[in-house]
Amino acid sequence: MSRALASDSSLRAWVARRQRHSVVYHVGRVLLYAVLIVLSAVFLVPLFWMLTSALKPQPQLFVWPPVWLPDPPQWQNFGEALTIFPFGSYIANTLYIAIPCMLGTVLSSSFAAYGFSRIDWPGRDKVFAVVLSTLMLPFAVTMIPLYLVWRNAGLIGIETPLRGFGPLIIPALLGGGAFNIFLCRQFFMTIPNELAEAARMDGCSELRIYWQVILPLAKPVLATISLFTFLGVWNDFMGPLIYLNSIEQFTVSIGLRQFQFEYGARYDYMMAASTVTTLPIIILFFFAQRTFIQGITLTGIKA
Amino acid sequence: MAATTSMISARGKRGLSRAQRHKLTWGLIFISPWLVGFVLLTLYPMVASLYYSFTDYDVLRPPEWVGLENYATFLTQDNLALTAIYNTLFYAAFAVPLGILVSVALALLLNARVKGLAVFRGVFFVPSIVPVVAASVLWVWLFSTRSGLINLGLQALGLPKVAWLSDPDWTKPALIIMSLWSVGGSVVIYLAGLQDIPQSLYEAAMIDGANIWQQITKITIPLLTPQIFFQLVLGLIGAFQVFVQAFILGSIGGGALGMGSEAGPANSLLFYSLYLYFNAFRFFRMGYASAMAWMLFLITLVSTLVVLRSSRRWVHYGGL
Repeated sequence: MSRALASDSSLRAWVARRQRHSVVYHVGRVLLYAVLIVLSAVFLVPLFWMLTSALKPQPQLFVWPPVWLPDPPQWQNFGEALTIFPFGSYIANTLYIAIPCMLGTVLSSSFAAYGFSRIDWPGRDKVFAVVLSTLMLPFAVTMIPLYLVWRNAGLIGIETPLRGFGPLIIPALLGGGAFNIFLCRQFFMTIPNELAEAARMDGCSELRIYWQVILPLAKPVLATISLFTFLGVWNDFMGPLIYLNSIEQFTVSIGLRQFQFEYGARYDYMMAASTVTTLPIIILFFFAQRTFIQGITLTGIKA
Repeated sequence: MAATTSMISARGKRGLSRAQRHKLTWGLIFISPWLVGFVLLTLYPMVASLYYSFTDYDVLRPPEWVGLENYATFLTQDNLALTAIYNTLFYAAFAVPLGILVSVALALLLNARVKGLAVFRGVFFVPSIVPVVAASVLWVWLFSTRSGLINLGLQALGLPKVAWLSDPDWTKPALIIMSLWSVGGSVVIYLAGLQDIPQSLYEAAMIDGANIWQQITKITIPLLTPQIFFQLVLGLIGAFQVFVQAFILGSIGGGALGMGSEAGPANSLLFYSLYLYFNAFRFFRMGYASAMAWMLFLITLVSTLVVLRSSRRWVHYGGL
């Protein structure tokens, strides 16, 4: 036993030595870092170019050789762009949708997931198969009747209840999307049954077990769902394009498109507007890096 | 849903125990918000859209039954539909495999016990979270013929400039290049997969004299196939539905055919979803658009099944 271990560890040491002492290994390491640094530059240059272009005086946008650092930086470009690009109003609209969507999705998807995992009722797994099958359905299939449903419900247009944002908010309250239910259910199934059983013995209702036992334990997955819901609303283009019909209702994404439509030739303004649309997400990434990375590895789905 | 109700009533006749009835009641209470959403926002719209697909419907007048005419027109008489299918398949055929290639390669580089891994990973990841409209607007500027950064780079290398967004031959390659910039999410997924591969496998291979290339092709890639498979399926579904990027980049080169200008020069960026959207909300051909949507569903389903079937031959599930 101990001899086997010894030979195993000496083998490991041999492998490690062989690696560290070869010239090929060191040349390889240098090359590896060189490649990584060049690739990092390639990935970052577009973002750098977005910011510097936003700060350039108009003529410097179009000269050869290109100007890397604007001289002098035109900070007023941001001010000017933001007066014609009503970013404040767009952000307010986006949050008006995003906050109820985040709350609603977290609550309603975990609520449904509780019913699909913690209670064993006849027919449960067959119904859950229906939940999963809706993941395959392209939005285009339901898009047209769905539009008519919301229109007939009198929820499209700024003068309607919820300022016309209903079609973008209400689905979050009704299940919050099959994928989020799936994520929550996966997590709930890993929670051992003893806690809930003990609570049941004490006469707790299912509602209280959901609220006081399961939800507090599910915080990591709920954080992931909130973050991705927020990104989803910030990014959503098709929904606002179909349901929002006046510029006072526009979200940042559709607002930026509107801006491109009107000022597409002013690249300095366009880049300033793109920068302010992107910046909140990048800041969010720096504060919630772990939730981002965990969320992506957990879901296997890109933001 | 019908299955559940019939099952419930069948058991009801035989009589559920009190405990079972209690569980059923609570189960239904918990899923009821989802159930309402499913019936109103998925099931009814599916049935309605299937019905519309057999009608001529412009919203103003009631739908008029035309049988299979929409499907027949789509498959045999609509040149724009052909263009849209061609463009979409072209994009999927290049963007999806290239995306997998680039992101696996980046993940392999990062997996080589790199110092500052979190920083490099962050650098590759950040472009993927740039809001898609902002990213598209940014790439419009990067692809600008006269002074875009890409052409400045080509000029620096002594190469001719390319009219990325106004030459119909270059619009799709431009869109594919842009898609490669946002592979960071996949890189993170592959990296997590790579880190699960036991180190002992590589040690054993090295003792047997395997070089780096052999280790990658014989150990790493086979053990990464479950992730590659998953990304391939999601990538295809995403590529079939690409919309925003085409909508924004396509509004530059001046479109044709009076459908707004979002289809790119010579309709070279008229993607399936774009054409569907135009039919529904610009031309108000709701019946035709519904038929297109069901065809899209069919195409998605078939290609997913094809990939799924092929996966038996190339995906390794934990067979160590």
